[in-house]
Amino acid sequence: MDTDSKGTKDILFVVRRYNPETDGAPYNQEYTVLVEPGMTVLDGLHQIKNTQDATLVWRFSCRMGVCGSCGMLINGKPTLACNTQILHVTDRVLTVGPLPNFEIIKDLIPDLQPMFAKHISGRPHIHRDDWDPRAAPADEYYQTPEELIRFLQFSYCIKCGSCMAACPTLARDKSYLGPMPLAQVHRYNVDTRDGGFNERKKIAGGSAGVARCHYAGECSNVCPKGVDPARAIQLMKRDLVFSYLRLKKRKGVCGTIGPAPHAKRREGVPDPPPYTIEQKG
Amino acid sequence: MREAQFWTWHVLAGVVILVLGGLHMITMHLDGLWGLFSPFGGSAIAWDNVAERSRQIIFPILYILLLGVALFHGFYGLRNILFELGCGKGVRSLINFVLVAGGLVLFAYGSWAAIAAHAV
Amino acid sequence: MAEQKKFDNHLGLKGWWGGGRWGLERYMYTLHRLTGVSLVAYLVLHVLVTSSRAFGKGAWEKLMATVGVPVLHAGEFLVLLTFIFHACNGIRLVLVELGFAVGRAEEPVYPYRTSLNKQRPLLIVVMVLAAVLVAVSGYDFWSLH
Repeated sequence: MDTDSKGTKDILFVVRRYNPETDGAPYNQEYTVLVEPGMTVLDGLHQIKNTQDATLVWRFSCRMGVCGSCGMLINGKPTLACNTQILHVTDRVLTVGPLPNFEIIKDLIPDLQPMFAKHISGRPHIHRDDWDPRAAPADEYYQTPEELIRFLQFSYCIKCGSCMAACPTLARDKSYLGPMPLAQVHRYNVDTRDGGFNERKKIAGGSAGVARCHYAGECSNVCPKGVDPARAIQLMKRDLVFSYLRLKKRKGVCGTIGPAPHAKRREGVPDPPPYTIEQKG
Repeated sequence: MREAQFWTWHVLAGVVILVLGGLHMITMHLDGLWGLFSPFGGSAIAWDNVAERSRQIIFPILYILLLGVALFHGFYGLRNILFELGCGKGVRSLINFVLVAGGLVLFAYGSWAAIAAHAV
Repeated sequence: MAEQKKFDNHLGLKGWWGGGRWGLERYMYTLHRLTGVSLVAYLVLHVLVTSSRAFGKGAWEKLMATVGVPVLHAGEFLVLLTFIFHACNGIRLVLVELGFAVGRAEEPVYPYRTSLNKQRPLLIVVMVLAAVLVAVSGYDFWSLH
């Protein structure tokens, strides 16, 4: 029998498999897993790998919804495997597949490099013209709670790729930046510590930018951290339009606590370490 | 920023169409209930009403304006849909050319017709 | 790392249509595109047909008789429905895409209430408006002619 008094059930896992060395295209493989209440999809996958099929592979790390590694398509919805309790989404069949709108490396592992490259192209860091923050790394910035709340929501992004998988534009148009990179561009634009709006305008307002978003809203629907990238993109559209039509003057960047911005490094502050990844322009 | 600029005009054109297109819809489709701009009564597309509208200069002006914004709004939207099907640079240039050329030709023809109808 | 073979998992055009699991706004997006393309196609024909008034009464009435056949007349009501939907949804999109109906950034507390929840009342309002306009114009179109 497949239920007992504790609520444990036999659930049929239909898992998308793909081995680039032997397979031409992905196919489905079925496993039956005895699922207890509270087991997550990630727990189920571990059970399969430990007891049934050691060749199944996927990404995971923290298993508690903060690292963003285990983004997968679960019962047709992109979300985190560690955050999804099996018995909350099904009582018979669970389909698990790799995130759509990426290339699959193997089994449930998508190639997220294009997403990261798009993210980097939006210059997602504090940019100042008046000084280099690395010159005085221990200096602090003034910021009010109101200024913090303007970007805090969008800073919770864990780069899991669920929003990219859910976006209808990305289904066809690979050049579109996507909800995550654009939400991160907005996160820095509205951060009062940052002065890089004019630089990012060209990316966000370009042909791969906000004009490709049409508020289907699926990105916000699937985001496991409540980042609401759809909101970020629409707010950014307003900023871009107002900037273009010169309807609103942007406030200057906020200053720092402590000594005035430096032209040269203070004595005793070491040089920053060399870059560990290749810098392109 | 170029794309966001076009998009701004697309949205503004949409607002203009709401007003002018809305008036056009009321004229054409509420002719039984209201009869706005159809002084001879009956159907809004009866020749007498059409000729009367062509006669007053404000109508050709507004028709030409509506035609312009509608063509821009519609063709820019179509361009976006085609681009988002995922196409290369060459195809994008071709789409741009065809839509701009087609839009200009239609605008020229429609404007000529509005002015010619007024001059009759 | 050697070049490895990867499988392209983009959803393609199917990703525009979705099916079943998507939210309401996603279907509105698809419908808005469909109605938009239909209206562009109609606009092209409409400009060509109505420009015939420049050729005088005879040309105009002849063309109106041609497009006045029942099938095309009913089709014109379909165009009206399409325009009403596209316009009313467009009102919602103008407000949303200029950042006015999506709400401010806030601390996300689970269960998350996103901008979609915030703009849902607006969606209801514009669709009710559309329904009213369809009813009024439908009465004029079908009963009064």
